[in-house]
Amino acid sequence: MTWLKSLAYLVGLPLLLMLIWWAATLGRPNFFFPAPGILMDTFGEVWFGERILSDVLPSLGRLLTGVAAAIGIGIAAGLLIGSIKWLRALLEPTLEFFRAVPPPVLVPVLMLLMGITDSMKVVVIISGCIWPVLLNTIEGVRAVDGVLSDSARTYGVAGWARVRYLVLPSASPQIMAGIRQCLSIGLILMVISEMFASSSGLGFTIVQFQRSFAIPEMWSGIIVLGLIGVAMSFIFQWTERRVLRWYHGQKEVENAG
Amino acid sequence: MTAQVTAQVSPQSRRAWPVQQFLGLAGILGFLLTWELIPRAGIIEPRFLPPASEVMAALIRAFGLSAFWVSVGETMIAWFLGLLIAVIAAVVLGFLIGSSAFLAKATSSSVEFLRPIPSVALIPLAVLMFGVKIESSLMLIVYASFWQVFIQVLYGVADIDMVANNTAKSYGLGRIARIRYVVFPTALPYLMTGVRLAASVALILAITAELVIGSPGLGREIALAQSGGAISGMYALVLATGLIGVLINMLMRFIEKKTLSWHSSVRSEVVV
Repeated sequence: MTWLKSLAYLVGLPLLLMLIWWAATLGRPNFFFPAPGILMDTFGEVWFGERILSDVLPSLGRLLTGVAAAIGIGIAAGLLIGSIKWLRALLEPTLEFFRAVPPPVLVPVLMLLMGITDSMKVVVIISGCIWPVLLNTIEGVRAVDGVLSDSARTYGVAGWARVRYLVLPSASPQIMAGIRQCLSIGLILMVISEMFASSSGLGFTIVQFQRSFAIPEMWSGIIVLGLIGVAMSFIFQWTERRVLRWYHGQKEVENAG
Repeated sequence: MTAQVTAQVSPQSRRAWPVQQFLGLAGILGFLLTWELIPRAGIIEPRFLPPASEVMAALIRAFGLSAFWVSVGETMIAWFLGLLIAVIAAVVLGFLIGSSAFLAKATSSSVEFLRPIPSVALIPLAVLMFGVKIESSLMLIVYASFWQVFIQVLYGVADIDMVANNTAKSYGLGRIARIRYVVFPTALPYLMTGVRLAASVALILAITAELVIGSPGLGREIALAQSGGAISGMYALVLATGLIGVLINMLMRFIEKKTLSWHSSVRSEVVV
């Protein structure tokens, strides 16, 4: 009975919304909002063909490359900058400025510097989503518990071991928070870079549909983007739970105490 | 123990302030110098990356133009209106849904599904429905910043102290009074975090909408400057958007500090 109840909670509202949508488009067809059935058919037609190879996978590839590079570079540079005091003081205001620049304005700048290429799109993604990772890593490294840090030093934990067993774990909650922001900015930039300057990719295809008033096709593209966003968020939550299991446990104990 | 620590730390950090600020300034100057030298040395052609001095001059020139301030105004109006609508909607819905266990459970799957949908996915829809008007910017801004605030409000309402709530109940406080005196103060720090995050997201989306859709504002000016070959002007506008971003961050931190001056997370920095 309980699982039936939780199932009802899970699918109740989505089903209701679908029903309202279906009922609303039942009478006269609305130009902007296609009926669910038509949309479903279009979705299969449009996206389960060669388009998945020509547009979806290259877009996803660029997104993953960009995000992975941004996370890698961000954490590495953050560890370096965060552990050297003068370097941090030297760079922090400049980095804060770069973070405050809205990432989409990088698209025209990099278009100018690099031309319209695949690597330009990857660089757009990297240079837009590196800042939350970088600045959060710096902040996390700086906030390493003083007692832990001193104990580690007393026990002669230094060099790579210090980074691996002290600095990285204690900065990881902050780093994960940065990565969460990085992922959503990355997806936005992937779409924008393709909408602004491209002849292939998800963003380009969706704008193309919109310009030719292929409304159900356009909606199906919006749904693809939504599904990518949802998938990324689930993968992130799963990873975060694994990486930060110790942290959530510690929080629980602290809150209980 | 905490008092001792703050007492030990604060004079030291106060002494470190001028040095840190000096280093930070040196960092900015160093960055500008590098920027100046790269095109001058010919590593990147000046017609793609003009030297910093040229861009700065263009920025200062832009400060004197009324057209620049008009586009800044358009961007800021879209930013403010979008943020305002999103915050109001998120607060109302957040308190409503958060304070009822049934609604919270019934909506959670839909929220988890709708929230990660990137707002830029709505760009084509916005273009179709509103064209290049401010409404398309607003649609993107509201959608993106709504979730930031809404989720925080939900967390905040869930964080309520049951003892405090039951105490208020047994003292005969009604539903409205309890929301005002128990739930709202508990949720306020969360709400302010959400608003701060939403403020920078709203700026990103405002600029995005102007850049991609062409609704009026700084983003459109950047796109126009780029396609028109006014390269220094484009870089100047990019710098201007960064400055606006910094100002918004500072403003939000300030508001957060003011509204939460009573809260222990802010107070503990001063006295414990």
